[in-house]
Amino acid sequence: MAVLQMQKIHICALKSDRKKILEELQRRGTVQIEDGKGEDEIFRKIDTGAERAESEKKSQAAQDALQVLGRYAPEKKGLLSSLEGKRELTASQYREGEESCARTDETVRRVLSLDRTIAEEHAARIRTETTIESLKPWLGLDVPMNYAGTSRTAAFVGTMPGQWKEEDILAAVAEAAPQLEAFSIEILGRDKDQTSLFAVCAKEEAGQLEDALRMNGFVRPQIHTDQTPAAYTADLEKEAEEHEKAAEAAVKELQALAGDRRDIEFAADYHSMQAEKYQVLGEMLQSEHVFFAEGYIPKQAGASLKADLEKKFVCEAELSEVPEDEEAPVLLHNNAFSAPTEGVVESFGLPAKGEVDPTGIMAFFYYFLFGLMLGDAAYGLIMVIGCAFALKKYPHMGSGVKKMLQMFLYCGISTTFWGVMFGSYFGDAVTVISETFFHRTVTIPALWFEPLDDPMKLLMFSFLFGIIHLFTGLGVKGYMLLKARQVMDFFCSVVLWYMLLIGLILMLLPSEMFASMAGATFVFPGWLSELAKWMAIIGAVGIVLMSARDKKNIAVRLALGAYDLYGASSWLSDVLSYSRLLALGLATGVIASVINTMASMLGDGIISAIGFTLIFLVGHTLNIAINLLGAYVHTNRLQFVEFFGKFYEGGGKGFRPFSAEKNKYFKFKEEN
Amino acid sequence: MDMSNLGLLLALLGAVSAALFAGIGSAYGVGLAGRAGAGAITENPDLFSKVLILQLLPGTQGIYGLLVAFVTLVQTGLLGGGAETMDTATGLMYFVACLPIAIVGLISAIYQGQTSVAAINVVTKKPDQFGKAMLFPAMVETYAILALLISILAVFSL
Repeated sequence: MAVLQMQKIHICALKSDRKKILEELQRRGTVQIEDGKGEDEIFRKIDTGAERAESEKKSQAAQDALQVLGRYAPEKKGLLSSLEGKRELTASQYREGEESCARTDETVRRVLSLDRTIAEEHAARIRTETTIESLKPWLGLDVPMNYAGTSRTAAFVGTMPGQWKEEDILAAVAEAAPQLEAFSIEILGRDKDQTSLFAVCAKEEAGQLEDALRMNGFVRPQIHTDQTPAAYTADLEKEAEEHEKAAEAAVKELQALAGDRRDIEFAADYHSMQAEKYQVLGEMLQSEHVFFAEGYIPKQAGASLKADLEKKFVCEAELSEVPEDEEAPVLLHNNAFSAPTEGVVESFGLPAKGEVDPTGIMAFFYYFLFGLMLGDAAYGLIMVIGCAFALKKYPHMGSGVKKMLQMFLYCGISTTFWGVMFGSYFGDAVTVISETFFHRTVTIPALWFEPLDDPMKLLMFSFLFGIIHLFTGLGVKGYMLLKARQVMDFFCSVVLWYMLLIGLILMLLPSEMFASMAGATFVFPGWLSELAKWMAIIGAVGIVLMSARDKKNIAVRLALGAYDLYGASSWLSDVLSYSRLLALGLATGVIASVINTMASMLGDGIISAIGFTLIFLVGHTLNIAINLLGAYVHTNRLQFVEFFGKFYEGGGKGFRPFSAEKNKYFKFKEEN
Repeated sequence: MDMSNLGLLLALLGAVSAALFAGIGSAYGVGLAGRAGAGAITENPDLFSKVLILQLLPGTQGIYGLLVAFVTLVQTGLLGGGAETMDTATGLMYFVACLPIAIVGLISAIYQGQTSVAAINVVTKKPDQFGKAMLFPAMVETYAILALLISILAVFSL
C-alpha cells in the first residue's frame, strides 16, 4: 500500500525551446504543472486564451466531422470494440500526423460543409415537392397561371373556399352582379377545402366580375409563373431530381472521405492536446527570452526527466522536496494483486495528507467478501474466463477498464473458491440434472458445509469475518496514529477500544444466549472470564475518562466521554451489517435452485432437454447479472461504510499530469 | 371449505405475500428509477451502465421475496411434493415468518427507488461521484437485508 512520493520540479529554459520542451513533458505525462506564482516586472504570464479557444474549436470540429462520417459511412464495430482502447503512435508517426494536420483540418471543413450541403439540398427538394403538390389542382389549366386574358377579354385564375358546382357559382355571380352577361366559368378541380376555377369575361366588365367573385371568397393562387401548370410541374420535377442528385453526390464524397477517418481522429486529439498545452503555457512565468515552469513529479520519475531535459535542451531543472505546508497531489501505486481495486478507493476519495493508502489491505478483503456473497463455483469460473479472455484479446484497453476487469478476475477466483467450499455449481444443477436425466442422484459435496443446511453457522462466520474486517480497520487507524507519533491518541482511541470490544466478545461467547443462537457452547476457564470482565471495564472506564481529554471542564469531559462510549452501539450495528454476507450468499444459491427446479419440471426426454437448456441458460444469465451487481454494490458498501468508517476519510487531490491521457483516439507508445 | 387444510393455506399465503409485496415494491422502485434513468440517458448516453446499476438497486427486494417464498414452499412441502396437512398453528407461524420481508421489502423498495432517483441526479451532474452516489440507495437496502435474514432464519427454524 503506497502513495507515490512526490517531488517538486522547477524548470528554467530558453523560450526558443518552449514548444519542444512542453511536447516532451506532455508525451511523458509525468509532471503536473502548477499555476506559476510571483509575477513581477520581468517574469509575467501571457494570455493564451484565444489560442486555446481556437484549438478547442478545431478539436470540436474534428469530432463533429467524425460524427458526420459515422452517420453516412458507419464503421463496422464488434460488440466488445469499446475495449480496444486507443491506438499507439510512435513519436515519428506523431510528427507525420502533425505535419499533415493542416490538410486534415481542410478535410474536416469539407466534411462539415458537405453535411450542410446535404441538409440544404434535402430541404430544397422538399420545398420543390411541396410546390408540385400544390400545383395538382391546376393541372387542367392550359394557359399560364398568371394569364390575364386577351386584348378583348379578361381572365381570372383562382380558388373559392368550399365545394362549388358550376351552376352555383353562376347563380352567385348573377346575384352579386345582375347586369353582367358575357362571362364564362370553368371548374378546374375540387377538393374538400376549395374549388379551383377559371373565369373569363369582356375586358370592360373585368372589375364587376372580379368583385362578384371576391364577394364569394375568390383569391388568386400563391404560385407565380409564366408557364402552364403542366410545364411548370415538369420543370419542378427536374429541379427536385437535381437537388436529389446533388445530395447524393455529397454523400458519395463523404463516403470517399471516410478513408481519412484516422487522420481526423488524430486531429481531434492533436488539437485538444494543443489546447491543454496552451493552458499550461498560460500558467507559466515568462520573460523575454526565458520561461519558468514548476510542478509536481513522482520521485522515481524525477531524476531521469531532469537528466533528459538537460541533455536535450539548454535548460536547468531542479528537484526539491514538497514543502511542509503544501499538499502534494496523490498517485497510488500498488502491486499487481491490489492495484485493480485502486478504482474503488478512488471512487471513495484518495488518501489525504498523512493518511495511508488503504488499497493493499482493502484488496484482500474486497476479493474475499465479494466471493463470499456470490459464492458459486460455476459463476466464478465464468467470471474468470470472461475477464481473462477480454484482457488477453484487447491488450490496449484503457487503464480504468483494465483494472476493473482484473478486479473482477480476482473476485471470480474468490467466488470459485467459495463455491467449492459451499458445494454450489450453478446452484444444485449437478443434482438436478443427474436426477432428471439419468435417474441417479449425484452430488458434489461441499468442502466446508452447505449454507442452506445450516444458515446459523454461516451467519456466525459472517459476523466473525466482519469483526476481523473491522478490527483490521481499527488497527490501520492505530498504525497511522503511531506513524504520526500520536502515542496518547493511539492508546485512547485504539487500544482502549480493542480492550473494551475484545472483553465484551469474550464475555458474550460463553453466555447461554450465544449458545442458543449459534448452537455451540464455549466453556472458558475462570481466569479468562475474569480477564474478559476486567478488560471490558478498563476499556469502558478509560474511554469515558480519556476520549475528551482536551476539555478542561471535568463534567463536560465525562459527558463527552460517555457519549463516545455510546459509540459501542455503532460497533454492534456495524457487525450486524455483515449479515448481508449470508443473505446475498443464500440469494445466489436459492435462485439458482429455483431456476434448476423450473427447468427440470419439463421432465426427461430430448425435447425436455432442449427446454431445460433454454431455461437454464436464460435463468442463470439473469441470476449472474443480478447477483454480480448485488455483490459489487454490497462489497463496496462494507468497504466504504464499515471498514473505511474506522480509519479513513479520503479527500486527497489526484495527480493530474500534463499529458495526452485525455486523448480519445491515440496514445504515445512508450519508447524510453 | 375443508378446514383441515387451513394450516397449509396460511403457509401458502405467507409465501405468496413475500413474493407479492416485495415484488410490488421492487417493481415500483425500479420503475421510478428507470424513468429518471431514461431522462439521464437522453442528456448523456455514456452514463448508461452507471445509471443502469442505480436503477437495478431497488430490484433486489423482489428477489429476496422470491427467495423467502421459495424456501417456504420447499419447507412446507408445497413444492417438490410431500405436502399433506399442516396444523393451523404451524401454518400461521409460516405466515408470520414471511411478514418481515413482505412488508419491509415493499416499503424499502419504494424508498430505495426514490433514493436511486436522487443518486441518478448526482451521476448526471458529476459522473465521477458514482461510487458515493451508489452508497445512498445501498443504505436503504440494509433494512431489506435484515428483514430477509429474520424471515429466512424463522422459516428455517420452523
